[in-house]
Amino acid sequence: MKGYEERQKLIGRIADSFHKGVYHGGERKITVPRKESQATSEKVVSLEEAIRRCGLRDGMTISFHHHFRSGDKVLNLVMDKIAEMGFKDIRIAASSLNDVHTPLINHIRNGVVTHISTSGMRGELAKAVSHGLMDNPVVFRSHGARGSAVANGDLHIDVAFLGASSCDPMGNACGYSRSPNAKSICGSLGYALPDARYADKTVILTDDLVDYPNTPTSISEHDVDYVVVVDSVGDSSKIASGAIRDTKNPRDILLAKTACKVIVNSGYFRNGFSIQTGSGGASLAVVKYLRQSMIEQNVKASFALGGITSHMVKLHKEGLIDHLIDVQSFDRVAAESLRDDPKHKEVSANEYASPDEPGAATKFLDIVILSALEVDTNFNVNVLVGSDGIIRGAIGGHPDTAADSALSIVVCPLLRGRIPCIVDEVTTLITPGPTVDVVVTEYGVAVNPRRPDLAERLAAAGLRIVTLESLLERALHVIGTPAPLPFGDKVVGVVMNRNGEVMDVIRNIL
Amino acid sequence: MDRLRRTMMFVPGNNPGMMQDAFIYGPDSIMLDLEDSVTLAEKDTARLLVYNALRTVDYGNIEMVVRINPLSTPYGHKDVEAVVKAGVDVVRMPKTETADEVREVETAIEKVETELGCVGRTKIMAAVESALGVVNAYAIATASKRMMGIALGAEDYCANLKTQRTPEGTELLLARQTIVVAARAAGIDCIDTVFSNLNDMDAFRREVETIKKLGFDGKSIINPRQIEIVNEVFTPSQKDIDKAVAIVGALHEAARRGSGVIALNGKMIDKPVVIRAQHTIDLAIAAGVLKKEDLS
Amino acid sequence: MEIKNAFAGTLESGDILIQIEPSDTPGLTIDLESTVAYQFGDQIKKVIADTLKGMGIGQAYVRATDKGALDCTIRARATAAVVRATGKDVWQD
Repeated sequence: MKGYEERQKLIGRIADSFHKGVYHGGERKITVPRKESQATSEKVVSLEEAIRRCGLRDGMTISFHHHFRSGDKVLNLVMDKIAEMGFKDIRIAASSLNDVHTPLINHIRNGVVTHISTSGMRGELAKAVSHGLMDNPVVFRSHGARGSAVANGDLHIDVAFLGASSCDPMGNACGYSRSPNAKSICGSLGYALPDARYADKTVILTDDLVDYPNTPTSISEHDVDYVVVVDSVGDSSKIASGAIRDTKNPRDILLAKTACKVIVNSGYFRNGFSIQTGSGGASLAVVKYLRQSMIEQNVKASFALGGITSHMVKLHKEGLIDHLIDVQSFDRVAAESLRDDPKHKEVSANEYASPDEPGAATKFLDIVILSALEVDTNFNVNVLVGSDGIIRGAIGGHPDTAADSALSIVVCPLLRGRIPCIVDEVTTLITPGPTVDVVVTEYGVAVNPRRPDLAERLAAAGLRIVTLESLLERALHVIGTPAPLPFGDKVVGVVMNRNGEVMDVIRNIL
Repeated sequence: MDRLRRTMMFVPGNNPGMMQDAFIYGPDSIMLDLEDSVTLAEKDTARLLVYNALRTVDYGNIEMVVRINPLSTPYGHKDVEAVVKAGVDVVRMPKTETADEVREVETAIEKVETELGCVGRTKIMAAVESALGVVNAYAIATASKRMMGIALGAEDYCANLKTQRTPEGTELLLARQTIVVAARAAGIDCIDTVFSNLNDMDAFRREVETIKKLGFDGKSIINPRQIEIVNEVFTPSQKDIDKAVAIVGALHEAARRGSGVIALNGKMIDKPVVIRAQHTIDLAIAAGVLKKEDLS
Repeated sequence: MEIKNAFAGTLESGDILIQIEPSDTPGLTIDLESTVAYQFGDQIKKVIADTLKGMGIGQAYVRATDKGALDCTIRARATAAVVRATGKDVWQD
């Protein structure tokens, strides 16, 4: 002891030079059984407390994910509470918005919400925005671009409100639950992960508070400030609604079969290839026909990427696809597979498609099948704004995968009713033509002139190769020439490209 | 053979959406229906829809057929007038039982064609859907020089026969064979009845294989999803194509030498073999597995 | 020409429902509701008006509910509605 007392002076001097205090002892041990202490934590609070303790102020940016698609209950719940607490000028940074988010219209009218950034918008909200509901334009980004903007500060999030199907009192959260009380399931939390990591404060809302530790973990307690228990975060039966549907439509089947023939004869259909499909009826059906070709020709894929569907899970279970890389689970089967299968990997939006991430999965992608609202004769694609000028879609990973993949195939009918999908000029530019390789329609296949190699291979395989100009001519012959849309002068939307540049603007429709 | 008729796709005459784009699925013939798929209250509107679609929609090379209502109904004559004026390729008669019925339709067609100044443009095909029709198949098939084909309508036929359809099709065997023989004797085409269970594509394929063996030229279909299967069944194998190409090559070689004797690998070839080889080549070209330029 | 209330068509996709009623207002009054009103509204009204005038109907109230029908379908439905409204068919009998 004497030695220690002698060293006290020295300890004091060193502490001064370190600008630190000196240890004085006085520990007290917590002796309650850990099962009890872990049953609760300071992090578990009411929604109102969470909002208050996060220090939310007028003018701040808050974020949400859309993994429950049209079944989402978190955004409306949180926004109603924020409105009730009297906040104004809130900026919403959603990964995407759906028809279920119609109540935002009132929050916008009442000044609670003044800015929105999102990947897409549908339903009444989209219609109102298109007609000029907001003073500030909605900022649209792809999933990769959003991940990048969240990480580099272009899109700074003050508070993230993230729904999770299970969470422990420390904040370890997942898009599924292993407990017998599981109420919901959404699978991957890919779009929530960048928010949890980069937001100043993160609140998890869950409908199943489970015992610590909730492993494996999607969102780590390290990134979580508060946990709020709610009745329901989302209606899982609705994650397959919205854009996802299994098709019996003969036109979609024709398109899917043609697209499959394109893949098989593209030169990229070889052992170890990788593939992503979009969420349109036809591009989902491609998987069904591709499976047949994979079996017949004994070709296996290394991974399938993107929105993972039950179709993809089936191929994986059959040994046709080695790994699934999942930023968003498109149905319950996919969500359960992510929960149960270690080769079904969850990735964040950044790991999925960020242009700044050298290891982004899209950069290792051979083939992507995409849908479109419009394709113009320069191969530019619009997936966001309808031909009536109303916002009715989402950018999703469209421009990310088109740009990064070795072969991008857009599948769309020539006509939807009397509306042409092949047009002179896209209503809104989302995916630039140079990144689009092939356009599949029921009237033939158009190949980007930048890819003569592809055109040659596909023609040799007996596919009907046509030009987009000839398709446009055919469409106009059937439907007549559409009158120009009555756009106003107000900018209601801004489309950012992957690198944070302004690519296009959306004007109000009268 | 004037053209391939592997698939004749039924499209209800009161469904504008389907009428507009039925051709994108590539059936050999499209049959717009004014009869069973149209209710009595909508006969007038369906007739106008079919008339306007035929005049406007670009169906390309697809043969356009319209199934009219029997002349004995208040609709039949108007149907004939409308579709002939619209320039239909083929008038299809339902529930045909006698040669006289064919001649009545021929007269009705000719009356309209005379007004238009295009006598002889419109062909006729007859669907046989009763025991009497089957018994009269040859008389029906030869009733008019406009006759291009004869078809079986199995549902009404089975009801008339007091039996029902089975997966094996035993009940249809006599009717099918009678129709094929009548068609061949008359030198016209024969097309089999529809198969309506869209959930059992394997059974559909088996039925198509059966009717191809019996000698039918094609199948009536009710959904675009059935086209690919029919085409697959009716597409000749590579072995058959190679043999057919060699035989037709020998024919040209004989013609070049001015010889009436066709020989291949030192063997004489009979005329029926040449005809069959030509048919195989036509099917192969239509199916896209053989190119015309490969023949030279 | 004497007309009574009549309609033809359906609300299926690719079709149009056309209703015709007698009217006291001179000329044709066409109320159109269409899923493609922005791009094709004027064209649809023109096809309806041309068809009616071609059949001798110069005065009527027309309500049209369009689900993306092509011109040939609009012409067929307008013709059928007139036939029903006047009782005079376009075909011989």
